[in-house]
Order: sequence, then C-alpha cells, then structure tokens
Amino acid sequence: MCTVCGCSEGTPATEGAKAQADHKHTHHDHAHHHHDHDHHHDHDHDHAGDGSHHHHGHGDHHHHDHDAHSHDHAHEDAGRVDCGANPAGLKIAGMSSERIVQVERDILGKNNAIAADNRARFLADDLLVFNLVSSPGAGKTSLLVRTVSDLKGSHAVGVIEGDQQTSNDAERIRATGVPAIQINTGKGCHLDAAMVSDAYRRLPSLKGGILFIENVGNLVCPAAFDLGEACKIVVFSTTEGEDKPLKYPDMFAASSLMLINKIDLAPVLDFDLAQTVEYARRVNPKIGVLTVSARTGEGLSAFYAWIRKQSAHLCRSGIEAKAT
Amino acid sequence: MHEMALCEGIIQIVEEEARRQSFSRVKAVCVEIGALSHVAPDAIKFCFEAVAARTIAKGAVLEIVELPGAAWCMACSRSVEIKQRYEPCPSCGSYQLQVTAGEEMRVKELEVD
Repeated sequence: MCTVCGCSEGTPATEGAKAQADHKHTHHDHAHHHHDHDHHHDHDHDHAGDGSHHHHGHGDHHHHDHDAHSHDHAHEDAGRVDCGANPAGLKIAGMSSERIVQVERDILGKNNAIAADNRARFLADDLLVFNLVSSPGAGKTSLLVRTVSDLKGSHAVGVIEGDQQTSNDAERIRATGVPAIQINTGKGCHLDAAMVSDAYRRLPSLKGGILFIENVGNLVCPAAFDLGEACKIVVFSTTEGEDKPLKYPDMFAASSLMLINKIDLAPVLDFDLAQTVEYARRVNPKIGVLTVSARTGEGLSAFYAWIRKQSAHLCRSGIEAKAT
Repeated sequence: MHEMALCEGIIQIVEEEARRQSFSRVKAVCVEIGALSHVAPDAIKFCFEAVAARTIAKGAVLEIVELPGAAWCMACSRSVEIKQRYEPCPSCGSYQLQVTAGEEMRVKELEVD
C-alpha cells in the first residue's frame, strides 16, 4: 500500500500504468512506488553540524527505509517536485553542502543543435533533404531505388542509408548509379544528427539536389530525432493494418507526408484506404497522403510533383534566410 | 530503445553542469517528461540506472515530473487537455487538434553535493 495516500498501488504494474498516470496525488513515485532500486547508501552523515544522526542529507529520506517512514511531508503542487524537501519541511543550518541547481535543458538539446547545423549546411548547399521512416519491410528501399532512378536525370541525388547491420541497402542504391553512404547503427535503433553529419561529409557534392535519408526501420525511436531534414516522410504499406497510425502516433505526428506503398496489393488485402487516412489525420490533421506502388510505379508521378513543390518551398525559405 | 540514448543525453547534461556549476556528486536528477513526448517514464527509469553507473550520477535517483498534454482545438477555438495523440477534443469530439504542450523532455534541476 502506498504510505503517502493509502491507495492500493505500490507494486509496479503494466496494466495499472495508466491508472498511475491518472493518479492525481503526484507524490515522489520513484520512492514510494518503486522500492526495487539498488541504492547505495553511501551518503555522508554530516554530524559536524548538529550531531544528530537522524538528519542525513535531506534527500536521503526519499531513498531508503520506505516501509519504516511515513512520508507525510507536504507535497507541493502537481507541476513541481521539490527534490530538496526534507520530511519535516525544515532547513537545517550548516547541515551539508547539498543544493539544488537549476538546469532547464532539453534532453535532446545536443542532437537538436547538430541537426540545426545540418539544416544550415543543407540550406547553404541548396539541398532538399527527406527523412524516410517506416516499420521494417514497408518498402522504403524499393521506393527509393525507383525514385532515385527516376530523378537522377533531372536532379543531383544522394542517399544516406541507416540499418543496424549490412550495407545491402546502400549497395542497392549504388547499383542505380546514385551515390549512397551506409550507416550501421549497431545496436542503435535510430539515426541521429551526428551520424548524418558524418555521412553527409562522405557524399560527393549534391548542390541544388535532393538527399534522401532512409532511417532505421522502426516506427518508434526515429520520431524523436531531428536529423536536419526538411521533413519526415512516413512510408506505410497496405500490408500493415489500418490502425498503425493510432498504434504508433508519434511517427505519424512527426511526419509531413504519408506514402501508402504497395497500393497494387490493396485489392487482395481488403485494405481500407479511407480508414487508414482517417486514423492518420486523427493523429496529424495536416499530414499529406499519397498512394504509391514501388513495384508498378503507380502514383509515383504525384510523389515527384510533391517533391518539386517542396523544392520550390525550400527555394523560398532559402531566399528568406538570405534576406534576414 | 531510444530511452538509452535519451539517458545518455541526460548524463551528458549532468556532466556538463557539474563542470560549469562545480559539483562532484549528484543525488537526484529531476526531469520533466511530457505526456505526448517520445518517452515512456518506466523505460527511462530502467535505462537511467544502467547509464548512470560509473558516472557522476551513479546511484542518483531519477525523478520524473510528468507534464500534461494540451492542444488547441480548431473547432472549439480553445485549449484542451489530451492524454494521447489520437484522442479527440474532450468537449466537441473533433480531431482537428494542434498539440501545444506535452512534448517536453527536459532536465529541470539537480540535487547535488
């Protein structure tokens, strides 16, 4: 039982996770509800100040003897956790050198800074950059092979391929005569901005052209990482099930365009296009939708028209950037 | 597990702040995680302990403050609270929502020695 409020939760639960999220008490749940941390109790007992062994550093009260203490200290408003509050709510003079330092920094700040550098470099090179994301097997590479083959005559085109292992995808792209750099993320589940920065340096000049970044096949993690692209394109295939946008909403929210691939298979799959689009727009009302088939080429001219439209948009933003 | 990468980001921030603000031990790390952000609080807690080992934040407690999600409902022309991205406006049922808050992933403050 929770010793703060007397509610029945107190063991980690999967199904109950939602209940916990709705639980309005917002106490320090790390301490009260998760007693399984292996804390090293190597805190300094600073006896010099008052000689009382009861007063360890105030933070320590949160971290041990949960069953023995009743944590009835005042919890501040739900939007704030005071890491430094002691159980009695008192400041003890001369107690220790503990302090709270304000940080207020974005966890992805470093990635975002590198992504901003990438974006500036792409703009300077007058380059249109797309970050293609999807689950594994949606057909990103097949789509890219076809796309770069069709566009290479009219644009400088390059590809950065991300996979955990193998350079199979880059080899497929290079077979079309288009330069490609493979990034193997090893255990990594997504590309980050630093990887793209490094890979971009290894590509020949693509000035005025188009760079496609094929992210690791994963509908979760790549959503969080800005690479410096103009926009994300999520490739969804008709074999995947209409409710995927609801199951993986972050990715569909982060993408500007949903390319529904393998549309040639739709008749045999009883694929419900309208339902898919409706779900995607629940998550992202502004997402563009195009249906294509990398195999038959159906719908690709509309995709290329969309790319040209983005290109015109990039031109405008480039002019605006130079003007400011 | 991009939570691993996010935890590495947290530790990097902690180590930079340690140099900048001169402290040698971190007892607690407070992070703010929005309800609509790309991270599951339980997963990040799980990863944090592993990533923090052998760093200045070894043994530190990760405190997670969950921030609510909010969106601007275009139909109602007002701000509404949402818990998930695919939720409709709680008052009119429209999905024409523009997320305005809840995507935060921020290190807020540290309790240090």
